[in-house]
Amino acid sequence: MIPIEFYLVLSAFMFITGVVGVLTRKNAIIVFMSIELMLNAANLSFVTFSSFLGNNIGQLFVFFVMTVAAAESAVGLAIIIALFRNKLTINIDEINVLKW
Amino acid sequence: MITLQIILFSVFAIIAVVTSILVVTRKNPIISALFLVLNFAALAGIYLLLNAQFIAVVQVIVYAGAIMVLFLFVIMLLRPEHEKNFFEENPKMKWLALIVGVVVFFQLIYTIFFGKLSSSIHQNAEKSVEIGTIESIGRGLFTTYLIPFEAAGFLLLAAAIGALVLAKKHFD
Repeated sequence: MIPIEFYLVLSAFMFITGVVGVLTRKNAIIVFMSIELMLNAANLSFVTFSSFLGNNIGQLFVFFVMTVAAAESAVGLAIIIALFRNKLTINIDEINVLKW
Repeated sequence: MITLQIILFSVFAIIAVVTSILVVTRKNPIISALFLVLNFAALAGIYLLLNAQFIAVVQVIVYAGAIMVLFLFVIMLLRPEHEKNFFEENPKMKWLALIVGVVVFFQLIYTIFFGKLSSSIHQNAEKSVEIGTIESIGRGLFTTYLIPFEAAGFLLLAAAIGALVLAKKHFD
């Protein structure tokens, strides 16, 4: 039997790699993939607690998180394509028209 | 005592950890995306160890299948940019981000190991098999959580229309 801490540490590690990816990378697509990594780490925590507490609400919530992640990646990638069409780059340092 | 469960958990956990680091550090986004697929597959294995069969299957179909194909398509639509190695460009900022990450990670570790909550929880294998089935989750989705389920469907419709509008060539 694997203790709950192992799963939670794995989840925490994946979340932190996602955070570091979002903070350090300049390529918008890799930033996006890091966000997916963070969503997956949260999902792992949900499933862990759901399984250990014997309650299926956590897994239902994971289902909704996956729905939102699919919607988010579809819209986000469309935004990236629109950005690339207008500015010919997806480097987030050069996309600063909203910066005052 | 080393059981099959522990071996499988170690294998999947090591794959998940290594691939998540590689996703963040590789220069080429396509290689990042392929490592992300591997990461999702390892996570599906861990979900199976947690007796969450439905979530494991959905993880492979939706994440490793649908979302990553979308990512790969978009990467191939864009012009590849010249990327530098991880610490080559703006190293101060990157070290700072790494330090922030490590600090938050140890904070989480502290909470996990010294929080009062996790010390008393033990997995009930029969119960967790029962709740992870598609029957249990489907029953929840179509009874108690029917309205969120419908809202999720509506969200997907809105996202599909939004993606079409955004990716259209000319705005009218």
